Amino acid sequence: MMWNIGVIAINTFRENLRDKILYNLLFFALALISASLLLAHMTFVEQHRIITDMGLAAINAIGVLIGIFVGIGLVSREIERRTIYTIMARPLKRWEFILGKYAGLALTLSINILIMLVVYLATLVVSGATLYLSLFQAVGLIFVEVLLVTAIAMFFSTFTSSTLSAIMTIGCYVIGHLTSDLRGVAVKTQNEAVKGLMNALYYLCPNLDLLNIKGQAASGVGVSISYEMLAAGYGLLYAAALIVGACVIFERRDF
Amino acid sequence: MDAIRIDNLRKEFKPSWPGRTPVQALDGLTLSVERGEIYGFLGPNGSGKTTTLKILMGLMTASSGRAEVLGHPAGHVETRRQVGFLPESPYFYTYLTAQEFLQFYGQLAGLSRAKIASRVQELLEIVGMQHAGARQLRTFSKGMLQRVGLAQALIHDPQLVVLDEPMSGLDPVGRKQIRDVILSLRDQGKTVFFSSHIIPDVEMICDRVGVILKGRIVAEGRVDELMTRGRNHSIEIMCEGFVSDRIPELREMATRILQQGLRSLIVLPDSTSVDKTIGIIRDHGGRLISVIPHKGSLEDLFVTPTNQRD
Repeated sequence: MMWNIGVIAINTFRENLRDKILYNLLFFALALISASLLLAHMTFVEQHRIITDMGLAAINAIGVLIGIFVGIGLVSREIERRTIYTIMARPLKRWEFILGKYAGLALTLSINILIMLVVYLATLVVSGATLYLSLFQAVGLIFVEVLLVTAIAMFFSTFTSSTLSAIMTIGCYVIGHLTSDLRGVAVKTQNEAVKGLMNALYYLCPNLDLLNIKGQAASGVGVSISYEMLAAGYGLLYAAALIVGACVIFERRDF
Repeated sequence: MDAIRIDNLRKEFKPSWPGRTPVQALDGLTLSVERGEIYGFLGPNGSGKTTTLKILMGLMTASSGRAEVLGHPAGHVETRRQVGFLPESPYFYTYLTAQEFLQFYGQLAGLSRAKIASRVQELLEIVGMQHAGARQLRTFSKGMLQRVGLAQALIHDPQLVVLDEPMSGLDPVGRKQIRDVILSLRDQGKTVFFSSHIIPDVEMICDRVGVILKGRIVAEGRVDELMTRGRNHSIEIMCEGFVSDRIPELREMATRILQQGLRSLIVLPDSTSVDKTIGIIRDHGGRLISVIPHKGSLEDLFVTPTNQRD
């Protein structure tokens, strides 16, 4: 079981490494962090805050972008390109394939985020900004968010095309960051249909704002260990549920 | 025990939009493939060949009926250790080199590192791709992909090899190579089940053939049986020493007479009048050169109107 998952994961990782889009995005992240240094020079106040903020935002944005754009093709591209035929003709269970694909992309994302973190920390040291412990907490939760968004993308890609998966994943991501507003609308509105829709979206979409502590972390204000653990646990459980859903759907598919 | 047994298999594709009619891809397909034989699964495009193969490999579920591979229900995961599969117009991970590609499939089959290394070299040589082992598949032609695809199907030395149109897109040299590989598999006691719409390939190497039309087997049996079954075949008689097309009896019996000087080619519709024709030739002082019975072709099974079901 683990062997098969490992073989698929390593092959997915190799595919990601040889995929040029990944390097472009990584280059973009590094350029963004460097640009924050330049921007900081052009302002008179809170130079360090700008560098810290922009760096975290870049790591988050690039991680999510890679998660979405590689995740949406993780399964659907295998079906569209018919590479799935020879893979599924091997002594491999379908859920092993799904777990392997996800694990391979998760490995790629961890290495990407690690590289971006190292560059980010180096940038902060060079610019003389303070290295708060809270920054590590923020990057930890960014990683969880990226894993969750990737799971959403992969879930959609098991039953629809890459384009539709991208649209739905981006939709979930946006709604996931607006869940508290949706709740607010649901409470205030008099229209029952709108109330129902807002409540449904609130309960269906993950609350990604729970994983967003970038603002306070950049000021050196961390969160408690219990919050960090609970938020990470929430994100990972949500991702696990989506992966189980993806396995169930994939099990029943005709190719 | 048969290598493959299919009994009354049906597959209906439901329409993607309401109101449209469903497509019946397989309509009570029944066939069996014995162990150690090369079985040709012959049929025109859209007859249900690929659907059958997908069901056998567990890529698709049947609407009803039964399909067994090596004694287990189609799709049984562990049975796939004994089965190799090459899909039609294979699509592979183009970022891999041919060696990495075969290593990947060897790993999925659970082979040891040493076994994979030796099998990769061996198979690249068998399919004539030893010179391209370090090249990425994205640089391969269709024929090269087909050959490296066949190698992946054989990496784990399977008992049963299922090939979907293995010769399509290949040049004559490539087709001969694939034919030789298939024949060598039979010599090793393996079973080969392959689909094709290229009749000469099937005639040349198959022990038995099943002809599928509109999701049903319309003829099944040994190749020579199918080519002679229930049909009369013409006989060509070559002779010399007299002008045969001036003899009314011969003109009556023959479907065609070609005369070149004193040499004649007499085409008879069947074998019933061969003796009488030879007698006439001798009576007129002619000399018999050859009598060639003309077999039918599997192509007849495609084009015979009685086989076209509506």
